[in-house]
Amino acid sequence: MRFLQALFRHPSGRIGASIIAIYLGVALLGALGLTPHNALKQFPIDRLKPPSLLYLMGTDLLGRDTLSRLMLGIGQSLVVAFGSVAIATVAGTVIGLLAAWWGSLWDGVLMRLMDVLLAFPAILLALLIIAIVGPGPFTSVTAIAIVYTPIFARVVRGPALSLKRREFVDAARTFGSSQAYILTRHLLLNLIAPLTVQVTLALAWALLTEAGLSFLGLGTQPPAPSLGLMLSESRNLMQHAPWLMLFPGLAIMLGILGFNLTGDALRDILDPRMQGRPA
Amino acid sequence: MTASPLLRVRDLRVGFGRQPAANEVLKGVSFELAAGETLAVVGESGSGKSVMALSVNRLVDFGGGRITGGGIELCRRDGSILDVTGATEHDLRHVRGRDIGMIFQEPMTSLNPVHTIGRQIEEAFRLNRGITGGAARAAAREVLERVRIPDAKTRLDYFPHQLSGGMRQRVMIAMALASSPRLLIADEPTTALDVTVQAQIMALLAELRAETGMAMIFITHDIGLVAGIADRILVMQAGLAVEQGETTRLLDHPEHDYTRHLLKAVPHFSAGQATRKDGKRDGAALPIVKVEGLVVRFPVGTGLFRPKGAVHAVDGVGFDLLPGETLAIVGESGSGKSTIARAILGLIEKTRGRVTAGAGHTRRPIQMVFQDPFASLNPRLDVESLLAEPAVANRQRRDAGVRDRMRLLLDRVGLPQDALSRYPHQFSGGQRQRLCIARALMLNPDVVVLDEAVSALDVSVQARVLELLIDLQREFGLAYLFISHDMAVVERISHRVAVMYAGEIVEIGDAAAVLSSPQHSYTRRLIAAVPSVDRRHRHFAVDATQVPSLVRPAGYEPAAARWREAGNDHRVRLEADA
Repeated sequence: MRFLQALFRHPSGRIGASIIAIYLGVALLGALGLTPHNALKQFPIDRLKPPSLLYLMGTDLLGRDTLSRLMLGIGQSLVVAFGSVAIATVAGTVIGLLAAWWGSLWDGVLMRLMDVLLAFPAILLALLIIAIVGPGPFTSVTAIAIVYTPIFARVVRGPALSLKRREFVDAARTFGSSQAYILTRHLLLNLIAPLTVQVTLALAWALLTEAGLSFLGLGTQPPAPSLGLMLSESRNLMQHAPWLMLFPGLAIMLGILGFNLTGDALRDILDPRMQGRPA
Repeated sequence: MTASPLLRVRDLRVGFGRQPAANEVLKGVSFELAAGETLAVVGESGSGKSVMALSVNRLVDFGGGRITGGGIELCRRDGSILDVTGATEHDLRHVRGRDIGMIFQEPMTSLNPVHTIGRQIEEAFRLNRGITGGAARAAAREVLERVRIPDAKTRLDYFPHQLSGGMRQRVMIAMALASSPRLLIADEPTTALDVTVQAQIMALLAELRAETGMAMIFITHDIGLVAGIADRILVMQAGLAVEQGETTRLLDHPEHDYTRHLLKAVPHFSAGQATRKDGKRDGAALPIVKVEGLVVRFPVGTGLFRPKGAVHAVDGVGFDLLPGETLAIVGESGSGKSTIARAILGLIEKTRGRVTAGAGHTRRPIQMVFQDPFASLNPRLDVESLLAEPAVANRQRRDAGVRDRMRLLLDRVGLPQDALSRYPHQFSGGQRQRLCIARALMLNPDVVVLDEAVSALDVSVQARVLELLIDLQREFGLAYLFISHDMAVVERISHRVAVMYAGEIVEIGDAAAVLSSPQHSYTRRLIAAVPSVDRRHRHFAVDATQVPSLVRPAGYEPAAARWREAGNDHRVRLEADA
């Protein structure tokens, strides 16, 4: 695919895409149960073992293998990040497009609603949702999706407003094209570039927010592993078992780096001035 | 050898990009310019004429260009010769403005919108002459008066957006004059302006040249425009000077094929002598489009319960269009001609009036071609999808029949068959406009509205697209509503002409009659302002008539129009004081 080729030709795109590919691979292995050890089973004899050949990243207080838990945790984080961003992208795009297309009153109502949502921090929203449905991955997905919806709505609305006034939209109306056709072929198709960049950057933030929510005990619940939860559990053992904190911390950092680098690369690749060829 | 010329350019080469020498835009241009002389540089887009002008004061450096060969020598005020190609940026700062002034095409973007024009002109005086404070203000006022801006003292405190395009261009000229340059470079200074305003600016430049004795390099794509002002003409094509010579000789005895092409193939206005002789009006035919009492108003200002007033963009316009004929609507920007087109297509709402389309042979008998072929094609769709859109919109399947029609139309507008899988950016402006024409014909319409459809194209491309339009009209029996500000183009394509002024039609009738014997005072003014090679010896008078404001208080209704017949199929609106 020409698009992936361009991504791998870009210096930071190559690094970012590689990291994401590795994370996806690791998460897949974890999901298939192909971890070095059972991530949930406790081996009290092997508690707090430092990294060794048997336990590459050491073990925790209950004797569980950190590497195996990390693999599952990455999977958990990715599911939450992709799930929440997918919901936010669809909801935000639809709201932004319709606000721009209908204009005047609808624009005002929809966008002010988005402004209200934008005023809530993710943590506060998560608390609100927990009060309704209780903690868990579903809570994280919902909270992050709600936080990101207004951002996508704004990213879409601006360009959609200017696209709406372009001559090719007028031309489409002279043929009698339906609104659905104009919205998808003429507006949405031209919004794919800014949306792709925004999705990648949102994924990085969603990863971090998921870790934060789990760290506070609002997201993934023990004994299931998650990057934020692992950090939280290792908090009191920092001096005795630094590896418990080091590896999940690195995993979060590298994941965010991967998405950010990819986002930057996409921004360059999809820049209209760089579009020598159709994508 | 007499005294050295003001400017001597020898074999000038300018390149762009990482390897300027391999990517030359200017491939060796030589000329000399004596003090007080006016040189017109004529060429189409991409011919290198602007790059050449920007190289003379090395502004081209800021656009990424590098001089790769040749030399530019400028004779300075003290008689010393400056080698511009080798000069340092420090030396050049003193040359720009002081020795060489420059005015650009777009007067809105060349002025800073957050400062008053007075401050901007004062800055020019401060930088170039060291005049400050009250003296600078007095000098600014004086120079505004020199560019014939009425009431100069109060205008000093205006911001650029408070002035019209013509006024802004005058301010730009005033700023260039602040340093009394000995060479003024004018890069398409009137292209963005209406034709009557263009005539005013040209007259002003001619007067200023006589007053100050400065030399001028005048860059344009319109050879007719410079015919009256230039001493010598340099014709450029693809980075080369193909011909240069004294104006009269070059116009009367062009030697190079390209110069002949510019003079002959390109539409030039000839006051109704070159109108079409085919397809004259046949009284028996029923109109295919009938517009009656069309009114379009846009509310302005929000009062407590209702708008305070309205822009009367179109007021009481009516005409009819017969099958197979071209009605041209001419007028200046803001006269409401595009609003008519949009109202007919239903792109904007009519305030009042009726548009009735006769019994066409399809559901959508009226189609439209827009001005900008770059903006009217979705860049993300390939040609097949673009052409299919009208069919899809009318619930046709993208089947073999539709594809056959696409191929037929591509062939008819002169595009290759393999165009179907290509994207808009792979075509030139002229090809894109052909694509737009093919697309408008997909639904087999009876009427095509062409809104400035050839205005964005280069002059020779324009001529070929006009030929195509005339051929298609004969083949498909199309009626055209041709909206344009360009009288030369209108003369070439139209059977009938309607002249718009301030939202109203002031004169309508047979093209030859309206263009050769204009009756309404505005039509006369408009036609007198059109530059042409034939009329180069006529002098323009500076006429500063302003278009009246179209903003009216709420509830205002204009008086009913009264008309008089000026001949067979030639009607003129009676003027208020007539």
